[in-house]
Amino acid sequence: MATTNHQHPPIINALYDDDDVLLKGVKDLKAKGYTIAEVYSPFPIHGLDHAMGLKRTRIAIAAFMYGCLGLITAISLTYGMMIVDWPMNIGGKPSFTWGENMPAFVPIMFELTVFFAAHLMVWTFFIRNDIYPGRKAQNPDPRTTDDKFLMEVELSGDKEELMSLLRDSGAIEISEKN
Amino acid sequence: MHYEAPIRKPLITGDKSYHDITVDVARPVETKAPRSWWLVFGISLVAFLWGVGCILYTIGVGIGTWGLNKTVGWAWDITNFVWWVGIGHAGTLISAVLLLFRQKWRMSINRSAEAMTIFSVIQAALFPGIHMGRIWLAYFVFPIPNQFGSLWVNFNSPLLWDVFAISTYFTVSVVFWYVGLIPDFAMIRDRAVRPVTKHIYKILSFGWGGKAKHWQRFEEVSLVLAGLATPLVLSVHTIVSMDFATSVIPGWHTTIFPPYFVAGAIFSGFAMVNTLLIIVRKVFKMEDYITIQHIEMMNIIIMITGSIVGIAYITELFIAWYSGVEYEQYAFLNRATGPYWWAYWSMMTCNVFSPQFMWFKKLRTSLMFSFFISIVVNIGMWFERFVIIVTSLHRDYLPSSWSMFSPTFVDIGIFIGTIGFFFVLFLLYARSFPVIAQAELKTILKSSGEKYKQLHEKDGHH
Repeated sequence: MATTNHQHPPIINALYDDDDVLLKGVKDLKAKGYTIAEVYSPFPIHGLDHAMGLKRTRIAIAAFMYGCLGLITAISLTYGMMIVDWPMNIGGKPSFTWGENMPAFVPIMFELTVFFAAHLMVWTFFIRNDIYPGRKAQNPDPRTTDDKFLMEVELSGDKEELMSLLRDSGAIEISEKN
Repeated sequence: MHYEAPIRKPLITGDKSYHDITVDVARPVETKAPRSWWLVFGISLVAFLWGVGCILYTIGVGIGTWGLNKTVGWAWDITNFVWWVGIGHAGTLISAVLLLFRQKWRMSINRSAEAMTIFSVIQAALFPGIHMGRIWLAYFVFPIPNQFGSLWVNFNSPLLWDVFAISTYFTVSVVFWYVGLIPDFAMIRDRAVRPVTKHIYKILSFGWGGKAKHWQRFEEVSLVLAGLATPLVLSVHTIVSMDFATSVIPGWHTTIFPPYFVAGAIFSGFAMVNTLLIIVRKVFKMEDYITIQHIEMMNIIIMITGSIVGIAYITELFIAWYSGVEYEQYAFLNRATGPYWWAYWSMMTCNVFSPQFMWFKKLRTSLMFSFFISIVVNIGMWFERFVIIVTSLHRDYLPSSWSMFSPTFVDIGIFIGTIGFFFVLFLLYARSFPVIAQAELKTILKSSGEKYKQLHEKDGHH
């Protein structure tokens, strides 16, 4: 995404004012062999990731693994504190083995699984998207958080041909990215 | 692709475009506060400060300033704690459970409902803290060796489960809320004119730009968070109920508590959402987004959960009789006919009887009536917790120890203070945050907007 611009082919910007028009434009350009570098939109557009040829996100898999980490943490905490380090006889129910005491630890195991999965996934989301407090806005055109949709197409072949293709697709503004 | 059955009523009324949604959602943030806002804010702030005074007095002098006695060791503090936690449940239910069930009507109310969740859990968390008496030892609840020696926390105790449950619930709700807020903060940032405003929203929006890959991850994160928050919201009040249910006090020691508490929590939470949103939609002119249909849906949930709570009350009575345990039987007989009969019957009237009016369409689509019932339900749910806690304790095993509970001005002051604090937070939120999840709402404009639905009708897309 944010690699050096120099090696990349020039980018043509096309602004749309409707999500359906944009989505059709993306599909048509892809069919003609163009590469869509980026799309900025004010809301998630259903099917856009597929049309652009983006891979599925693996963040849910990451969340599952973070959840497992939380579960292991909970088991270690309860085992270490209640069984190994300081076993207590509470209400005549002594802490001999972790297995015998396990039912009482289920709430902790559940809560820590959720805690780890949710928080670490959200941190991953921030890091992978490269967003953090005070970062400069990623969208080049401020209208794309309101009601406009910006498509960046990599130029290959004839420039005029691409320009006219974009015009025909219903773009309201076309410009070259500098 | 933007199609919804014509039989479904539009969720966004009026002739709206994407830009109109932006303008309408940004308006409360960009314009000056109305006089009524300042009035309510002022009253809330005074109540909050009074509560702060009472809390400081409690911390300075000790919890002897409360009306507790040898027999009734838990009263208003824990009642308020459970009441506030319960109210929080509706926010998570709306944003998580309704997301999993693909209920699109959640989209214009989930932001405020989640804000309500977070602000009410803050109120709830205050009470166990100050009830410790020595709040400077509050770190005892964390899994670190007490006094930094070798004694650990007790993982067998429901009170410790509660610490983990409430802190997980609070922090996960905050991140769920915040992830959803980021694109909307970006919208306000990109519209901001004054440099200070722009800078604040630049910080809050994390530089969000709405890239395609980021939206893909955003939707996946929302879905997974909803999946995590759904069992979480059920677990929190389950664990709160275990604070009581795992004890051996007649009236508390019942296996029905977890589902009964969860239903009650959703019941009271939806009532509070109704209370807040009926005002918000009016003051901020959001009638096109928070429609009568939204209010009606919430009233139906109030009716259903209120009836579940009613069945739980009756089941409790039946099982007390059926168990053959005389202590258990007396606890319930004493609730209904003892010195606290008025609290029991207030609870019954407010929680079981009053929601039944919602069977009538005329009543559940009336704003005034919905607002009235939402207040009644919240009063009823406060009484429910009071009844469970105080009436089970006040006549214990030794008749010589029987006593009554009467709150002191400190008990009352702290409760009023938390209500003030809640409204201070909510009012500040309503003026500075986008109160409707506008990015999400824009995704359903073409399928559920009134104008687009009419166009579909005309074109004959059936």
